Amino acid sequence: MNVGSGITYLDIAQRRKVRNNIFRVIVIVLSVITISPIILIISKLIIEGIGQINLDFFTQLAPDTFQAMSAKMSGEKIPGGIVNGITGTLFLVLLASLMAIPVGIMAGIYLYENGNKRYAGFIRNLTDILQGVPSIVLGIIGYIWIVKNVTNGFSALAGSVALAIMMLPLIVRSTEETMKMVPESIKEAGAALGVPYHRIILKVMIPSSFSGLMTGILLAVSRIIGETAPLLLTTLGSPVINFEIDKPTSAVPLLIWNFYNDPNMIDLIWSSSLFLMGFVLILNLISKRIIAHREKN
Amino acid sequence: MIENNIGIKDPVLSIANLSIAYDEKKFAVKDVNAFIERNAITAIMGPSGCGKSTLLRAINRMHELYPNIITKGEILLNGQSIYEMQTIQLRRKVGMVFQRPNPFPTLSIYDNVIAGYKLNGIRLNKQQRDDIVEKSLLDVTLWDEVKDSLFKKGTFLSGGQQQRLCIARTLAFNPEVILLDEPTSALDPIATAKVEELLVDLKKKYTIVLVTHNMSQAARISDYSMFMYLGELLEHGKTEAMFTNPKNPKTEEYLTGKFG
Amino acid sequence: MKSEKITKYVLFAVSLIILLIFAGMVFSLAGGAMPVFKEYGLKFIFSADWNPTTGRESYGALPFIAGTLITSILALLICFPLSFSTSLFIAEYYHKTRVASVLGTMVDLLAGIPSIVYGLWGFYALRPVIIALGLSDQGFGIFTSSIILAIMIIPYATSLSNEIITMVPNELKEAAYSLGATRFEVIFNVIIPNARSGIVASYILALGRALGETMAVTMLIGNANIIPDGLFSTGNTMASLIANQFGEADGLKLSALIAIGLLLFLITAVVNAIGKYIIKKLS
Repeated sequence: MNVGSGITYLDIAQRRKVRNNIFRVIVIVLSVITISPIILIISKLIIEGIGQINLDFFTQLAPDTFQAMSAKMSGEKIPGGIVNGITGTLFLVLLASLMAIPVGIMAGIYLYENGNKRYAGFIRNLTDILQGVPSIVLGIIGYIWIVKNVTNGFSALAGSVALAIMMLPLIVRSTEETMKMVPESIKEAGAALGVPYHRIILKVMIPSSFSGLMTGILLAVSRIIGETAPLLLTTLGSPVINFEIDKPTSAVPLLIWNFYNDPNMIDLIWSSSLFLMGFVLILNLISKRIIAHREKN
Repeated sequence: MIENNIGIKDPVLSIANLSIAYDEKKFAVKDVNAFIERNAITAIMGPSGCGKSTLLRAINRMHELYPNIITKGEILLNGQSIYEMQTIQLRRKVGMVFQRPNPFPTLSIYDNVIAGYKLNGIRLNKQQRDDIVEKSLLDVTLWDEVKDSLFKKGTFLSGGQQQRLCIARTLAFNPEVILLDEPTSALDPIATAKVEELLVDLKKKYTIVLVTHNMSQAARISDYSMFMYLGELLEHGKTEAMFTNPKNPKTEEYLTGKFG
Repeated sequence: MKSEKITKYVLFAVSLIILLIFAGMVFSLAGGAMPVFKEYGLKFIFSADWNPTTGRESYGALPFIAGTLITSILALLICFPLSFSTSLFIAEYYHKTRVASVLGTMVDLLAGIPSIVYGLWGFYALRPVIIALGLSDQGFGIFTSSIILAIMIIPYATSLSNEIITMVPNELKEAAYSLGATRFEVIFNVIIPNARSGIVASYILALGRALGETMAVTMLIGNANIIPDGLFSTGNTMASLIANQFGEADGLKLSALIAIGLLLFLITAVVNAIGKYIIKKLS
């Protein structure tokens, strides 16, 4: 069968097949390239960082530049750890969670209860936009609102406000989505027993969607835990352990930034990054587990 | 004016001029008047969308969960207006069982039975709790099946068992009236038979109002029947009389399967 | 009934907090930016001169707006073939297989890496490669930043695209296969046309991410306050400028930085709003 100048249907079919196969190979190759950075990054962190991780790493304060320099000059390992960063990060996450979780869950329930109303739609849109605000801008907000006007100086509070605003939209939307998955019949069962509205929320809705809420919170925490930019503008950093909300506070990412900027301490960046990354990954894995577990039931 | 020409001696509920609308134009229930006999089973029948579920829900004001609902008329429980009672009190006296079994997924079987107390924050001591759980589960003939797994989640039970658990949850409050909204429509025939048997047994102690799609179920277990059509109560009488000799031609058409 | 009312009011009041935060942010940023806009007017946006030296102070946002847009769009171009192939791998070629779920998990892991770690890796692992290839002397600049940004936004681009691609009805694909179409033809004639607006939306949202990225870019772009003049030129983005200079800023310079923050906020808000709007229209 001739289509035109000497090309047969068979030729065309052959070409289509070849094109199909080439495309498949391209897709596979590009996919492998896509995931190679994660492998490269994790292996780099492990290879360079694992050696520095020991007990001191978790119990000692970060060294200052002179300690690091003298250790380097005498060829020893740089002393100290990142305990002020670890406690600082935990403190900031705790403060941010205390602000963002109650507000986020209640706002999420509000959106769920008022699904189609215009005001709720408006709040939902604002939440979406809030979720896209760059973290550095939230740093500016923490600076203007808290550093300038409340604590009159860099403070844990300022940083945690910035982080809380980052967490908030994630928790609001995950709350709304999980609440939607609680069957209406369960709420009715509560109402039929004469249970008042606020108790239905507290005793029926929240327990029934607990795993979903937890996942949302964990993902929100894992998103803020590695944040550096907003903290540069708000909590500044601290060489000591601090648990006062109106004082500057260190955090693991801030320490990494300090180490990176100090030629004497450059060796410490990998272990700290490995620790930070491990922390984030564990949070992610836990929330994945919760999701998988829920999907099974 | 509620007519009582069907020999109701001791009405628990009297429904007078009850109209319910979801919006100004759309009436779900139109000017219903009826007495409900104590310690009897009253079945409400009618085609889908006839307002039977709305009427049932109005009896313990569950219909108020819908937004913008308009209610006119009156329902008296033992002579007292339910609209002057607190919903919490009312719903303790008038319990409700739903179409699909809905045990609380996060609670054990034990806690599901006393969920009404737990969720309302009513404190009971261990002895009281144990007594209520055992008695309620015995009443729904579930005790022997679950007494060894009381602390398992209620959602592990079969559909029929779950529905009996939901009835037990209602009984735990010791209500006067139990409302059931097509309680067997999600169950298999064997589980249905068990629930029906149970309802006949329960009417000795409780007044039962049952919405059903299933005419033969109404015929089997109810003492009184109501037939609703397009929001109106077209016929209300002794079940036997209504099934053998319906007065309204629409009722007859429905009972003979001409529509539904 | 009463407790129900109270609860509803409390929930409503909490929802107002979101409104307040949002309004407060706009108000504070606009307030902080006021001095610089009073001084320069809209010229601030279009001036390429940034000079904080006292006495010769001059502030213009153009180099940073340009730096932000160029790095982000370039990142999107680099990201697209990679992440779209990955989406096809996960959502079409190997849909619901074990290898696809492993790949999906690894892509998700990319989202879990903190920005500063990307920066370190870019600095110590990627930059030497750029230098070795002779692309640039120091290895800093637009290109290096864009590669890192591209990697960072891959998980955001894929997660939504995957969903959109799996949502293309099977009947349509089967109809094409039954007519003898190859997979390549199904992808280009059925899947892409049907999923187009969703895919576009997911890349717009990924762009929104790239625009605001700070630390990694700060560490790699070279921090030169000039309008980039080539692929390997150094430059600065709005976010990295703020991170670098905010600490020691006061007076007009602080106001200029806040103004840049405001512009960044507006640009990302518009980009995200467009993305979300497309998604909303889909569902």
